[in-house]
Parts: sequence; structure tokens; C-alpha cells
Amino acid sequence: MASLSSTHDKPVLVDRYAAGARINHWVTAISFILLALSGLAFFTPSLYFLTGLFGGGQLARTLHPWIGVVLFVSFSGLFVRFWKANLWNRDDSAWMSKLPDVVAGHEEKLPEIGKYNAGQKLVFWGMALLILVLFATGLVIWQQYFGAASSIDQQRVALLLHAAAAVGTILIWIVHVYAAIWVRGTIQAMTRGNVTGGWGWRHHRKWLREEVQKGEVKTQPAE
Amino acid sequence: MATMELVRRSASSSPAFQPGAQEIAKLIDVSKCIGCKACQAACLEWNDLREEVGFNDGTLNNPHDLTPASFTVMRFTEWENAATGNLEFLIRKDGCMHCSDPGCLKACPAPGAIVQYSNGIVDFDHDKCIGCGYCVKGCPFNIPRISKADHKAYKCTLCSDRVAVGQGPACAKACPTKAISFGTKQEMKDLADKRIKDLKGRGYANAGLYDPPGVSGTHVMYVLHHNDRPSLYAGLPDAPKISAVVELWKGVAKYAGLAFIGLAAVGAAVHHIVAGPNKVSSEDEENAVRLKEKA
Repeated sequence: MASLSSTHDKPVLVDRYAAGARINHWVTAISFILLALSGLAFFTPSLYFLTGLFGGGQLARTLHPWIGVVLFVSFSGLFVRFWKANLWNRDDSAWMSKLPDVVAGHEEKLPEIGKYNAGQKLVFWGMALLILVLFATGLVIWQQYFGAASSIDQQRVALLLHAAAAVGTILIWIVHVYAAIWVRGTIQAMTRGNVTGGWGWRHHRKWLREEVQKGEVKTQPAE
Repeated sequence: MATMELVRRSASSSPAFQPGAQEIAKLIDVSKCIGCKACQAACLEWNDLREEVGFNDGTLNNPHDLTPASFTVMRFTEWENAATGNLEFLIRKDGCMHCSDPGCLKACPAPGAIVQYSNGIVDFDHDKCIGCGYCVKGCPFNIPRISKADHKAYKCTLCSDRVAVGQGPACAKACPTKAISFGTKQEMKDLADKRIKDLKGRGYANAGLYDPPGVSGTHVMYVLHHNDRPSLYAGLPDAPKISAVVELWKGVAKYAGLAFIGLAAVGAAVHHIVAGPNKVSSEDEENAVRLKEKA
């Protein structure tokens, strides 16, 4: 560590997610993982053993739709919180056109980005759309309560769509989780609620400038 | 006939149905049926089932549909034959057809919850059934019913427990007109041939055997006087086969889905190895501090 007298040695922290948003996120995340595990068990016999995590096939079948309801309500909360920040703008198209630089990690070649980049926005809208499809088709195939509410032909189509949409969400989830791991310093946004100023400078400079202007950026308290 | 060798089970990799030496079948001769419902009573009795007291909907259908407690129902159709000017009373005993290529077994996610024996019987193992209702979607004949009491699927077993000890199914035993016969599939086909010849001689030119090839044949077959139009008989499917949607879901979609998920996971790992972590540099941090100080 350099001398404490230099202000440059105190990294700044920027708040990114308030406690409510973080709780909302983790309820959604836990529901999603439970749904993926139980759903994959029904999707393919080679993963049927996963029903053991839920107390067997009958219980997994009972719980899966209820967890789905929890996820739908929880994700709706995230949607209301974040939809505005995820509206597409010109920077996003420019960012997308430089996807090779994104993948290579050459951030210096990318345009300055607000709170979310185009990749994050696609994750957001992709999840929103697919979760809507999953909820709607899930109701159709919820045998216990809605087994008689639709025709068998409709239920067959719902089953196929449900499976396809579920695979879609798992793919998006892999991108989402991997991006959080790859881009170091991201996960603390959802655990402690803040990121370092350097993280903001590197990945979301436009957002950092806005936060600085609002006076939301504070120096880390001395240890 | 006592052969009950298991040849296929749901949610397991097993080969397509190869009929054993003692492939059996139940033959229902619709032209001989008088609609007495003795078969329904025998089914309830042998399987120790109690159907709820229902209501009369103005037809002879009672109960109105298959239920978790009624594995078989007589379906009555009044049909005006335009060619002859006759009103025909068509009665069909509905229930599981015991397909050689069973849609229920294909759709079932629980290993071993649906099994197929070498004699052709398709049976449900209730200890393994999870009550998801996928069999209902898989079945081309709309047969399985999910119990509201124990959330498990029920349908005709073809009296597998009786067949295993050399007996015929309870319904066949109870039928007073011998409209229901039971024996090897070949015997039943031979019997059907005789009946069809007889019916053709009586003016039913389109009489024939209903053993639909779309599901590779069934182990419950009908002799129909109007085999050119099976759907006359309370909507018996003209050309039943496993729905293309179900085939897609349990076929390509399953393998493609798992492949995509696997590729994405591997792709992420490879990317991390090749590109390395995307780290914030001390320069980035200093720039942020400078930005803050300027403000």
C-alpha cells in the first residue's frame, strides 16, 4: 500500500443495487435454480435422479409449479424495477456491432455505456419474454388444477413450448452467470450492493459519470 | 399366455416393441355388443373400484367418461345411415388399446412407471407414477385419467394380473354375448376374419378389423361394421398415431436442448481459459477517483 496521505489510494465505491433489489434478485435466482433442477428431471430420464433433491418424483411434480409461481411474482418485481434502465438506445446498437471486442475484453474500444450494456439488456428482455411463456404454458400443463381447462392438443403444444422456453432460459442463465464471473468485481453488486469506481469506469462509464454528478459516489471509509 | 416378460419401460432406453411368442389381444366385436355394461361391472369388481354415483345426462353413457375408477365405459352413438335410411345404435366399449407403440410410455418421465410386456400389455406401475399427466398428452386415444385422490394415472390393465396366471380379462369373462374375446393376437385376428366375412355377407360391405398401423397395431382390437369410418363410433380415431408434437418434444427437442445447454457451459469455460478474467485495473480505479474529485 502506498502512503495513506494520497487520496488516490482510497478506491471509491458506487452503490448499484439497494437491499430490496438484491433480495428480489436472490429470491428469483434461488427459484430459478430449483425450477431448472426439477424441470430438467422431467425433461430427460437421465436427469430424473434430480427429483431426489425434492423428496422424490411426486413431490418434485407438486413443488415445481408452485416454485414457478414464486419465480413469476419475484421476476415481475425485477421487471418493474429495471425495465426502464433496459430500454434500447443508440449506444447499445454500437456496442452490439463491436461484439468481437466485447468477447475479447477490449473495453477501451467500446462506446461508453450507461447502467446496462446491450448484452445485459438482451438477458433482461429474453428472460422477461421466456418467463412469460413459461408461466402461461406452465398453467396449461398444471395437471392438478388446470388439467381439464384446455384440450389435450393445446396441452401437447404447451409442453413443447414449455420445454423449449426452459432450455432458452437456461442458456440465458449460463450467459448471465458466466458474465458475472468473467467480469471480475460484478458479483459484489448483488451481494454487498456496490461496485468499485474502477469497475464503473471500465464497464459502465456513462453510468459512473451520472452517479458522480448526482453525488452518489463516496470514498471508501478508512479501515 | 402366462408370459409376462417385461420388454419396455418408460423413461429408459429400450428397443421398440418386438412381440413375444405369446402376443395376446382382446377382440371387441362391436356388432355383437348389446350395451349391457356387464363388462363395466366386471371391471369395477375385479379391480376393486367404486365409481361415484353420477347423474343421468339423457343418454345411456354411464359414467359419461372414463375416470380413475372406470377403466372402461360403453359409448353409445345414434347414427342415421344415409345409404340405408336406418338408425343405427353403435355401441363401443372404450378403454386402453394397449398399443404396440404406446404414446403414454413415450411421454412418461418417470423410469418404469409405464411398462410394456412381451405379450403386448401396457401397464402402469403406481409406485413409480408421479402424477404429471404426461401420459394423458402422449396417448392418441385419450385414455389415462389422473386421480384427484392420490394423483396417479389409471387405466385398463388388460387384467395383467389375471393374464399372468392364464386367465382372460374380467370384462371378457362377463360378456354375455361373447362380444369380447381374448386369446393370442393371431387367434383373435382369425376370429375377426370369420366375423368380418359374416358381416359382409349381411350387407356390411365395409366391415373390418380395427388394428391401427399408426401405433404399430394394438392389443385391444375392434370388429367394426363401418371400418371405413371408425370415428362414427364415439370418435374412435380414424388414423391414430403418437402426436408429432409429442414426438418432437421427446425426440429432437430433448437432445437438441441438452446439447445446447452443454455447449453453452463448455463454451463459457473455454472462453474463460482463452480470454482470461476481465479485471479492473488500478488505472481504472484511479480514473474513477479523479472523476469523483473533479466533480
